[in-house]
Amino acid sequence: MLDKNGIAKRIAKEVKNGMYVNLGIGIPTLVANYIPKNINVVLQSENGILNMGPFPFEGEEDADLINAGKQTVTLLPGAAIFDSALSFGMIRAQKVDLTILGGMEVSENGDIANWKIPGKLVKGMGGAMDLVASAKNIIVAMQHVNKAGESKLLPACTLPLTGKKCVKRIVTELAVVDILPQGGFKLIERAPGVSVDQIKRATTGKLIIEGEIPEMVID
Amino acid sequence: MNKTVKNASEAIHDIKDGVTLAAGGFGLCGIPENCISALVEKGVKNLTCISNNAGVDDFGLGLLLKKKQIKKMIASYVGENAEFERLTLSGEMEVNLIPQGTLATRLMAAGYGMPAIFTPAGVGTEVAQGKEVRKFTFNGVEKEYLLEYALEPDFSIVKAWKGDSTGNLIFRLTARNFSPVVAMAGKITIAEVEYLVEPGELNPNEIHVPGIYVHRIFQGTNYEKRIEQLTVRKKT
Repeated sequence: MLDKNGIAKRIAKEVKNGMYVNLGIGIPTLVANYIPKNINVVLQSENGILNMGPFPFEGEEDADLINAGKQTVTLLPGAAIFDSALSFGMIRAQKVDLTILGGMEVSENGDIANWKIPGKLVKGMGGAMDLVASAKNIIVAMQHVNKAGESKLLPACTLPLTGKKCVKRIVTELAVVDILPQGGFKLIERAPGVSVDQIKRATTGKLIIEGEIPEMVID
Repeated sequence: MNKTVKNASEAIHDIKDGVTLAAGGFGLCGIPENCISALVEKGVKNLTCISNNAGVDDFGLGLLLKKKQIKKMIASYVGENAEFERLTLSGEMEVNLIPQGTLATRLMAAGYGMPAIFTPAGVGTEVAQGKEVRKFTFNGVEKEYLLEYALEPDFSIVKAWKGDSTGNLIFRLTARNFSPVVAMAGKITIAEVEYLVEPGELNPNEIHVPGIYVHRIFQGTNYEKRIEQLTVRKKT
């Protein structure tokens, strides 16, 4: 079973040379720590940065330079700053290759819910609806089951949707799962030490298992 | 054309109860601190506020919330503000949450003279309720898009890094965020700046918002520039 950093490490393997990538808040942010040093990747932050760098050194923080999570960050050589309309323009125009975000529920046809729990305080969707409606490739980083032990990979989402038919791949503490174009969760990899049966029990939606399921390779 | 006014209170003198007011900023980054303070002091009420976020309890638009000056908030994310929670749960304030890109682009549309836009954000979700949906083929793919109207605030308040007396504005780093589109959307736009200079001192190639969109400008004072989430790494 993977911890949060393990999930981030596995997702980092999906990031390829030359990609423009948008990382959401939470586990997705951790992915930046594990992107191989020998490839060239540009991180986009939707408040208006391309080529976002790591957190600043102590004492070098700048109140005018933050990421979409309102954290102080730095810029890398070749960085560009732009306004919010342009930022979502490049997202809508599918210039961003990969979007990695967290999820509360994903359905077997690729719907995602990650912004609202009825009856609880609604904080807002931020940029999530724009990102999922337009991204070429969306990977969701999340726990396979919720705190009550219920599956978050469902036949249909029960929570209000963020977007429809948009998720391509999910990485959880148990597995890597792809959403098939015709629907269904196709099991791709097991987390180290996790059995196919464990994944079956944790998945309420339609799980498709074909042949031997390899264990993830994570350094 | 000299658009300089003395200070924030002169700049906002005609902002009255019940107007729609857009504010630049992302979180607390690049917010018009002086204008917000002046609005708190003036005590205008029943404002409809358009801003990506609603500040924190004791800073930014949170100061207007605390004094119950806002009747309705139009934003994309308000999670940093506990007073917001209380006001919405008690029904004292109305909230309209809209996707961040939709918010930015609806403001942009106003500044570009376009009454509406089509966006895929929110299709198939509760954001789409009651909205016109149309199919377009774009980028080789047929998809559904929502019709969203331009946001036309009565007043816009923004903070820029540098500005000249004709209203040309330059922003610094990510303090730019929503501010250019907010500035361009306002029927009356007020800019406060860290450095107010004479015409000719700014490089025309570097202007982010041309002065035609700005009606009043003043030299701001006492900027706090609060950091919401201080994240640093240690020097090794």
